[in-house]
Amino acid sequence: MFAEAALAARTDSSVPVDDVEEINYGNFMGSLAERQGHQAPLMAEMIGSRCSATRYEEACASAGVAIREAVRSIRSGENDVVLAGGCERMTNLSTAEVTEGLSTAADDLYEIRAGVTFPGAYALMARAYFDRFGGEREDLAHVAMKNHDNAMPNEYAQFHREITVEEALDAPMVSEPLGLFDACPVTDGASAVVLVSEEYAAANDLDAPVSVTGSGQGGDSLALQNRKQLAVTPATERAAAEAYEDAGVTADAVDLVEVHDCFTIAEVLAIEGLGFYDPGEGIGAARRGETTATGERPVNLSGGLKAKGHPVGATGGSQIAEMTRLLRGDHPNSEYVENATVGVTHNAGGTVASAVVHVLEVDR
Amino acid sequence: MTDAGYDEWLDAVGENEGYYLECPEGHGALPPRRVCPECAAADLDRAALPESGTVETFTVCHVAGPSFADEEPYVTAIAEFGPVRLTGVVRGTDPEDVTVDTPVEADKGTNETTGEGLLVLRVR
Repeated sequence: MFAEAALAARTDSSVPVDDVEEINYGNFMGSLAERQGHQAPLMAEMIGSRCSATRYEEACASAGVAIREAVRSIRSGENDVVLAGGCERMTNLSTAEVTEGLSTAADDLYEIRAGVTFPGAYALMARAYFDRFGGEREDLAHVAMKNHDNAMPNEYAQFHREITVEEALDAPMVSEPLGLFDACPVTDGASAVVLVSEEYAAANDLDAPVSVTGSGQGGDSLALQNRKQLAVTPATERAAAEAYEDAGVTADAVDLVEVHDCFTIAEVLAIEGLGFYDPGEGIGAARRGETTATGERPVNLSGGLKAKGHPVGATGGSQIAEMTRLLRGDHPNSEYVENATVGVTHNAGGTVASAVVHVLEVDR
Repeated sequence: MTDAGYDEWLDAVGENEGYYLECPEGHGALPPRRVCPECAAADLDRAALPESGTVETFTVCHVAGPSFADEEPYVTAIAEFGPVRLTGVVRGTDPEDVTVDTPVEADKGTNETTGEGLLVLRVR
């Protein structure tokens, strides 16, 4: 899978594999799911490279940090070409085994032992949000419906199936108040992005109109119980503040967003944390049509984790790849953002104990 | 497997001698912590855990991992106990009767699937 993604990136970028100086590889639970640790050199071998390769692990934000470190090493002048992305295989496990594996992104002593699953953790946040700000399951169902709609034309999406609000509301409960359609699926997948310095792009006459102009990362307590508030995500706020300052943009300048919607409530928390909505206002954004494809600031035009799929350790890279296509104009959904120049990606780990935000801009 | 700090703490909770770690600034934390997560103070003392807490958020879990397979559906809640919060399985009531603000007390119970100790939030 990683080789497939890397081959696509190689073709798209026209950068020969021999020019790749480093591979930054995201993976979360390969040691559990495949009994294979130390995957990075194996992946280098898979793509015919002998360069140094390092695995990055930050739960669901693994590829996000892999991309960020690639950006930093290129900016520092250390590297000119880095291949960054990730890979995750999950469908070889049973639902119970996947549930157990994913829960290791939470606090072992105080959360996992108290029966907190990954959906359970977001359910705790969703209930806290409803209690503090209001909102209901139907608001979340609109997020799910929107992201399934967006995935329809995306050839890389896991689901090509429209759903209705009623269908989402009637689906079996996973962890109340979250039901089956509030959750992203279990996904096998890989992502690969070739990042190059401006000098390398110019010297090799590359057609690379999209630049990463801002990068930020934020952290928070691992366990929900140790956070001051349960219905906001300060790690996202910190990552966004750093990325916006780095790029010299404000939230108002952002035209489209790919956010980490591992659960529908996570999209709501993300668009608030990124500064597009005040706390408590994001819950109705999809229902009001503001974040749909034809809305004023589309969110997850790729289909998001919800419908594009969430191969955990690869997701942060796929967000960069999808945003690049959307901004360049060669994504099936680019028609909705024809004049867009600034895109933001948001990748979160666990219950947003870590968050990585990137600002991408296109030369038009 | 033993978990230094945690096992001892859970046993104490089961014996009605629950505690948390308090720094000179009054921040609360749960073991094992060597320094205060809030202000990095290194001198932490034990303080008595309040007897009663209130549910701040909860979920009824219908799809468990293997270590909770025999418990479905079960309620996990985060409850506030003064300066700290505890995450535990709610017992002593039907799942549908749990609400935000339900008063609870902390206890040590047993995970029926694994036989391991479990933090229980018992409805008062």
